[in-house]
Amino acid sequence: MKHMQLTFGDDGAAILTLDREDGSVNVICDAFMEALGAALDQVAQREDCTGLVIRSAKPGFLAGADLTMLAAEFPTMTARRGYEISQRISGLLRRLEMLPIPSVAILAGAALGGGLELALACSHRIASETAMVGLPEVNLGLLPAAGGTQRLPRMIGAKKALGLLLGGSMIDAAKAAELGIVDEVVPGTEAADAARRWLTSSPESQKPWDRKGFRPPEARGLMLPEVALGYSLATAGVAGKAGFRQPAPVAILSCVFEGMQLPFDRALQVESKYFGRLVSGKVAQNIIGTTFIARQAALKGARRPEGHEIRKVSRLGVIGAGMMGAGIAQVAAKAGIAVVLIDRTAEQAEKGKAYSARSMDKLVERGRITREKADALLNRIAPTDDFTQLAGCELVVEAVFEDAAVKAETIRKVEAATGPETIYASNTSTLPITGLAAASSRPDRFIGLHFFSPAERMELVEVIRGARTSDATLAASLDFLSQLRKTPIVVNDGRGFYTSRVVQFFINEGAAMVGEGVEPARIENAARSIGFPVGPLALLDEVSIDLPVAIFDQALSQEDNLAEPAGVATLRRMQELDRHGRKTGRGFYDYPESGPKQLWHGLGEAFPLASEQPDDREIERRLLYAQSLEALRCREGGILDTDADGDLGSVFGWGFPAWTGGALRYIETEGVEQFVANARELARRHGSRFEPTPGLDDRVKAAA
Amino acid sequence: MQDIFIYDHARTPRGKGRPDGALHEIPAVQLMIQQLEAIRDRNALDTGLLDEVAVGIAQPVAEQGGVLPRAAVIGAGYDQSVAAIQVNRFCASGLDAVNLVAGQIAAGMSKAGIGGGVESMSRVVFGSDPGAWTSDPRIAFNGYFAPQGIGADIIATIDGFSRADVDAYAAESQRRAALAWAEGRFARSVVPVRDLLDEVILDRDEAMRPGTTVDDLAKLKPAFVELGNAGYDRIAQECYRQIERVEHVHTGGNSSGIVDGAATVLLGDAGFGERTGLVPRARIRAWASIGSEPTIMLTAPAAVARKALANAAMETSDIDLFELNEAFASMVLRFMAVMGVDHDRINVNGGAIAMGHPLGATGAMILGTAIDELERSGKSTAMALLCAANGLGSATIIERV
Repeated sequence: MKHMQLTFGDDGAAILTLDREDGSVNVICDAFMEALGAALDQVAQREDCTGLVIRSAKPGFLAGADLTMLAAEFPTMTARRGYEISQRISGLLRRLEMLPIPSVAILAGAALGGGLELALACSHRIASETAMVGLPEVNLGLLPAAGGTQRLPRMIGAKKALGLLLGGSMIDAAKAAELGIVDEVVPGTEAADAARRWLTSSPESQKPWDRKGFRPPEARGLMLPEVALGYSLATAGVAGKAGFRQPAPVAILSCVFEGMQLPFDRALQVESKYFGRLVSGKVAQNIIGTTFIARQAALKGARRPEGHEIRKVSRLGVIGAGMMGAGIAQVAAKAGIAVVLIDRTAEQAEKGKAYSARSMDKLVERGRITREKADALLNRIAPTDDFTQLAGCELVVEAVFEDAAVKAETIRKVEAATGPETIYASNTSTLPITGLAAASSRPDRFIGLHFFSPAERMELVEVIRGARTSDATLAASLDFLSQLRKTPIVVNDGRGFYTSRVVQFFINEGAAMVGEGVEPARIENAARSIGFPVGPLALLDEVSIDLPVAIFDQALSQEDNLAEPAGVATLRRMQELDRHGRKTGRGFYDYPESGPKQLWHGLGEAFPLASEQPDDREIERRLLYAQSLEALRCREGGILDTDADGDLGSVFGWGFPAWTGGALRYIETEGVEQFVANARELARRHGSRFEPTPGLDDRVKAAA
Repeated sequence: MQDIFIYDHARTPRGKGRPDGALHEIPAVQLMIQQLEAIRDRNALDTGLLDEVAVGIAQPVAEQGGVLPRAAVIGAGYDQSVAAIQVNRFCASGLDAVNLVAGQIAAGMSKAGIGGGVESMSRVVFGSDPGAWTSDPRIAFNGYFAPQGIGADIIATIDGFSRADVDAYAAESQRRAALAWAEGRFARSVVPVRDLLDEVILDRDEAMRPGTTVDDLAKLKPAFVELGNAGYDRIAQECYRQIERVEHVHTGGNSSGIVDGAATVLLGDAGFGERTGLVPRARIRAWASIGSEPTIMLTAPAAVARKALANAAMETSDIDLFELNEAFASMVLRFMAVMGVDHDRINVNGGAIAMGHPLGATGAMILGTAIDELERSGKSTAMALLCAANGLGSATIIERV
């Protein structure tokens, strides 16, 4: 039997041990399902079998469906096929549930998605103290399609179940027991005994919903006003939290609402049908394609040049102990790396470490890390103003002020203190790497590692290869990021690289529309509606209105005939009006001391509203297309080597909505021909930045 | 098309729709029975002449379900040949019941009938008849459902009606209703409700708060903030992108009151008057129903008014008097602004903000109020209209004869 073994003990109990052959994590793939079916056959045939124990030989129990297998079918996926996939696993688990003998799952490590659903189909669940359970399908644009939306609400009530189904987060064993998802929590070493003990207690194997008279309130649907009100509010909650571009959360809600009114097997069919609709739709395929498939590939070194030995950083230098430098130091220390954190004075360096100390304190408070581990982490960070401490560092990340002269000075100091093998990584977000490397005596070992703020939370790092950066340096830098568990994208050098360059088109487009007299709230709401975490005007206030202007002015000083981008005029006008953004308390928004920020009432006077407001779809389109077209220009102009880098960078770098799959994948989501036609129309109405790129022709052909 | 005449109208006083309301012990069907008895007795009616009793009920479930009108017809001792039908178009039900009978008469398929409505909100409480539109996630989500109060606040936000504006409207509704009662303007219509001892349990609108000032109203808490935070504000912004934040200005004081009540309108063709010797009080000239944007769901009045006017070949200026159900203050303020109707031509005797809104009954009540006021003021034409949930609305145009 592939991926699992079935044995029969002397006590008459069957033991099914999940044990993936070619990996460290159990997942549900074709072979898994075949084996599970065969195992259930054998158990059913053994008349003397008294019970079934399901456990894992791996550190985790079962991590859910094999998404790679699922994604391979995306190009031909139909709702009917999705329904059948779901019904297959759902049917297997139903057979497990309907066995005449009691079954018990021993959960150690993670039981996620289909893994938890398998456990829910058992009669009893015993969790080790370190077990984690969850139904993360919603995060992938899917729903738990092996009975999860049906068993959980029948077990613990619709309201609690929806918390888990819609939240998509993991909970620990204690919380799972409190919710009634697991029946016992025991130390890991005692789980097997506990299972045996439970099996000998002549337990009930039939589920409540398979007994006569099972009738939770939700089974009466809208006959009960309080049930109806609950669904009404839950729907509002879904809309309020997830917005209207994601079909999964409301589909989950519908599964519970509709399924609870049906006999169990009919309910499983409805669940499978909703799954079929989701999995054959673009949104789930985009989310999985980018946030799982492409992300996993990046984490596994998709962009790492071959033929270089894997290297580890044991000692890291971080120059600049501001928020960014401190964050990087913290991430590295967490990965077990000794960090030398340098700033101009020892005091400033200490401040950087204090930043990490504060965030550790918070984590300890919330019980997310032990005091001991937090202290160990902090002990790995050595703050100093002494560059000679950098000796022995395999890699140095520079995160000093974004000024070419300051950076050049830092390069000289670092190179004086480190050996020729040391990699120098600049964390610049805008300054071209090749230019900075001019100050380096070893430009082949010079690279850009653009972390995002806050570095301890943002998982993306934009790796910028300068003109003279060597493959070995790139490979070693990616190894370093792998140590930090960061998702890398690799881009080529140019002003703003990829992420800073394209996000600029988001904020510029917002500013341009303000200048044209579009109601500011319409712009912000459009951005939120299409799934951006904040609107372009709020984002401008955050980064400060001066920054994009300064970036453009700097570019202008280095290049002739640079046309001023749309929107910059609006920003200059804001500067004239002494509105520079959040840091001054005055930007597109006002920031009253009490109460939330609100759009500045003077905007209407500074930028008189157009008598006719544009269609909301056009505002949305401008925000998305401006970015996608600039991403295309990056792709076609040699900044991006792959679409995947562009998509990952947009989603994880600046919050380009995941349902689109990313700035480039969005083009296919729209339909390439439709995208070209819309871009042309936008160009006609709003300027050449919307002109379709030459490469779109090839994409049209590829899509045909 | 036959002429459609209104021969009489009656209504109950409106009781507070709460356990301490006077009418709480009276089941909805009894409210309707008393109304049917009253309109029969005061007109010495041979009920065998009636073809139909249509009753609007906005929550036709439980004791208000099961075609309550038929039970009321039998309970009131009407001739068993009288047909009965329950009508539901949410808050417009009572007016639609009248329009339904009017249509039968116009088509010559009925000679006479009663249109009316009943709602005991204290007994069949608000929310007793949920449906897919509010509670089936797929429908509610894709329909951008938000509760009506959120819609009222959206109107206020978009149109810029401040809390002071809506409270001022509400205070005026109270003042007008109090004056109308003081002058006995509802005397011809209101039939007191009697209890099991056959004693009068209520003879006047119980929910009114005469003397309410704008300052009093300003103290009330906005009613829809929490619902807004639950996700409905986001839905509002999804539909109305110009809204930076929804201004929650509506309170219990500037929204329609929750009450119990019933009403009847006696309709017939010209021959009915000749046979019975009854003199028509008014003629129905036209009516209409319409659907409008369902998230706000309060913008149908202007649209349905225009449609009814077109059906009647009339202009807005041809209408002497408007009776628009005061579901929420902002809804009336928008209607007045959009239609160019001054406040002295609309709801001159107050409205549901002061006297309450017994959902399914209100349409028939305000039509009767319009008849009474035309007679009192000597004016000629009136329109009664209501917005109804999920974007619906109905209107009826009458003229005095």
